[in-house]
Amino acid sequence: MAENKPGGDVRLLDVKGLTKVFGSLTACNQVDLTIGKGEIHALLGENGAGKSTLVKMLFGTLEPNGGTIEWEGKPATIKSPSHARQLGIGMVFQHFSLFEALTAAENIALSLSSDQPISSIAEEARRISNEYGLPLDPHSMVGDLSVGERQRIEIIRCLLQEPDLIILDEPTSVLTPQEADRLFVTLERLKSEGKSILYISHRLDEVKRLCDKATVLRHGKVVGHCVPRNETATSLANMMVGSEVKGVERPALDGTVGDVLLEITKLSRLPATPFAMPLRDISLKVRAGEVIGIAGVAGNGQGELFEAVSGEVLQGEAGAVRLRGTDAGRLGISGRRKLGAAFVPEERLGHGAAPAMALSDNLLLSRHVTDAKALTGSFGFVRSGAVKAAAQRVIAEMDVRKSAPDPEAAALSGGNLQKFIIGRELDRNPSVMVVNQPTWGVDAGAAARIRQALIALARAGSAVLVISQDLDELFEMCDAIAVMHDGKLSKPVPIAEATYEKIGLLMGGAEPGHAGHELAHELIEGA
Amino acid sequence: MRIELVKRPQHSSLFAALSPFIALGLTLITGAIIFASLGKPPLEALFIYFVAPLTEVWQLHELAIKAAPLILIAVGLTVCYRSNNWNIGAEGQFIMGGIAGSMVPIFMPGFQNFLTLPVMLLLGFAGGAAMGAIPAYLKTRFNTNEILTSLMLVYIAQLFLDWLVRGPLRDPNGNNFPGSIRFPKAAELAEIAPSQGSAHYGIVFALVAAVLVWIMMSRTMKGFEVRVIGESPRAGRFAGFSSSKMVFFAFMLSGGLAGLAGISEVSGAIGQLRETISPGYGFAAIIVAFLGRLNPLGAVAAGFVLAITYLGGEAAQMTLGISDKVARIFQGLLLFFVLACDTLIHYRIRIGGQVKAGA
Repeated sequence: MAENKPGGDVRLLDVKGLTKVFGSLTACNQVDLTIGKGEIHALLGENGAGKSTLVKMLFGTLEPNGGTIEWEGKPATIKSPSHARQLGIGMVFQHFSLFEALTAAENIALSLSSDQPISSIAEEARRISNEYGLPLDPHSMVGDLSVGERQRIEIIRCLLQEPDLIILDEPTSVLTPQEADRLFVTLERLKSEGKSILYISHRLDEVKRLCDKATVLRHGKVVGHCVPRNETATSLANMMVGSEVKGVERPALDGTVGDVLLEITKLSRLPATPFAMPLRDISLKVRAGEVIGIAGVAGNGQGELFEAVSGEVLQGEAGAVRLRGTDAGRLGISGRRKLGAAFVPEERLGHGAAPAMALSDNLLLSRHVTDAKALTGSFGFVRSGAVKAAAQRVIAEMDVRKSAPDPEAAALSGGNLQKFIIGRELDRNPSVMVVNQPTWGVDAGAAARIRQALIALARAGSAVLVISQDLDELFEMCDAIAVMHDGKLSKPVPIAEATYEKIGLLMGGAEPGHAGHELAHELIEGA
Repeated sequence: MRIELVKRPQHSSLFAALSPFIALGLTLITGAIIFASLGKPPLEALFIYFVAPLTEVWQLHELAIKAAPLILIAVGLTVCYRSNNWNIGAEGQFIMGGIAGSMVPIFMPGFQNFLTLPVMLLLGFAGGAAMGAIPAYLKTRFNTNEILTSLMLVYIAQLFLDWLVRGPLRDPNGNNFPGSIRFPKAAELAEIAPSQGSAHYGIVFALVAAVLVWIMMSRTMKGFEVRVIGESPRAGRFAGFSSSKMVFFAFMLSGGLAGLAGISEVSGAIGQLRETISPGYGFAAIIVAFLGRLNPLGAVAAGFVLAITYLGGEAAQMTLGISDKVARIFQGLLLFFVLACDTLIHYRIRIGGQVKAGA
């Protein structure tokens, strides 16, 4: 462990042997972590490695079962988040807790315990936003702000408490590459002022770029401390996963693109709630054999598009969505499934699967119409034997790891449940597959398997549409990438012409060749 | 200082199964304390209340009479509650079922053959279902809270019945007492074993309904639909199920069964329409449904337990000289303890949780 970084020898936080047990699961097992003053420290690990548990103990929302925390050289017991803030620990969560109908300043005021008037809070917020290059109008309504701007509110809210240690949980997962760059500038600035940052991420490139040191967790244990700059992305990934990560292979399209199986034509939709995104004039064709990706920052209409394509929400025009040459705009999700389409929503628990129901029941959930002959008998009786057998087939095919023969969906880890949900659809060999966030929160091994399976489905003659916020994933899987921004969908960019920069600009709202292109550049450069 | 409920990381399945029995035990203990504070010997009072009413065959018939409507209503409510629709108005649906079915003997007293009763029962079911459809419509069309609307409709039904039996439907030869004509024999639900006691076929309806609904819930697509929508409405929509159709299905099934219970009570136990035809069966059935763990077969067992509280109330009034309203106390205690036990299985109490730090 090299201690050559500025101020790295002055310890701010020293954690020794921290342990947290949930029932039979040891989420954190004897974790050691040392953060020096003025250091950006990465916390790396796959989903379920214990990162969140560790951070929750540092922020006082969970009580450790064992181990010690030393803060500025003195033993500390962090009893609650407000206690953590008093000590000087601030946190920016991955999921924001902001009221959309209030202004930025009002949201900030809510988290401060003082009786400071809103106007002076707004003043201070403006000062911090200028100082740290976090452009934000404190009087703007949160509902009107982009995800990146909302994150700035959270960061400003955190900085107002003048913390010595700032914990950032997956901050770039909701940002365009350009917005992320800007965030890094802010973080460097904070570091130069002697503040320490605990940076949680699974994006190895940015960790290598930004962080002075890293602690890698796997299955609740520390598997190594390292200096990310001296490592390669592959060596970091191997440390996280514990074995070689298999890359995804994408066989080239052999020139013969098939028929258009999914066709969206001038699809528009009014916003369902005051803060929902409308869909504006979306058109897209997906042909047999290809994987088309839809990139975009969260909240730009991807969820609304998924609902419209899946038939959870119907269209006014029957021709707005066509499946295998048939108008499907007026058909519900069951009707569209009967035309050969399959859907995987973003949310696993509570949308793609009913949490407290067994996997076999969850198989029936999406298959009861398309496989009515096999799965149900006369008088609407369910053939539970056939349903269970089908579920076991999916479990075996996708290598779903579980603790019981037919466990509740909620008892599975995110990755295993996602494998089951994807496998449930692949099992019927759909000719059109629409997937929203196929590997969100899924560990690297399972993610590779899921991506490979979707590519294989396409190459076998199906049309696959993947909506994702993970650009790496889209570049790995897709033959072309379109970008959603503000409810509009760009033209698909063939993968050979697509670069991170190009897609990133589209995510920021620029249409190549339009005036907006320059504007977006200015915005990014000029900040 | 404040008191917080904190979710337990995992709950004990043993205690989840024992929960109704613990609740029953706590109800008995509390009951003993109440009797003692009323100056009655607690153990003897409990014996008079809970055991003595079950010692003779005719008393078991009385038990069946009381249990029948409770079970029939509660079986419907289990479906309703499992689908996440909160029908609190079974009492009103029971009354409307009773009124609808009574139209046959009151307006067509000459229609007396083997079809009379089936038509009455069908009308009873339809009347309850129609009453249940009102909150369902309001919920799906105007997004109103079904708990409030279904509850308020109970008072409408009660007052409507009161008006009918004092006004248009009053027996002209009834000495101005509120009440309809007495039903002819063909319109009376028969007794099962007239030589032993007065239990009528209502209890048979209840048991058959419980078994049928249990099969529906556990073996058919419809039951699957109910469970999915109740568990997770969004997953239900993803499955292609319509949650507004489910609102109507749940309310009309539970309303219909409550209506069937209503007409069974009127034609089996009472024999005419009166200003009150229910001692609160529709509300007590809510307790039955929960005590039976929202399982139709569980509701059968729970229905008999609740029926005892009615009989015990009467016994306590006669033998101990305390108001039969004590039955309501026991019912309330039981519901309270069932819900409390269920809550404490999933949550633990933390006293003096963190106080929000001042500036």
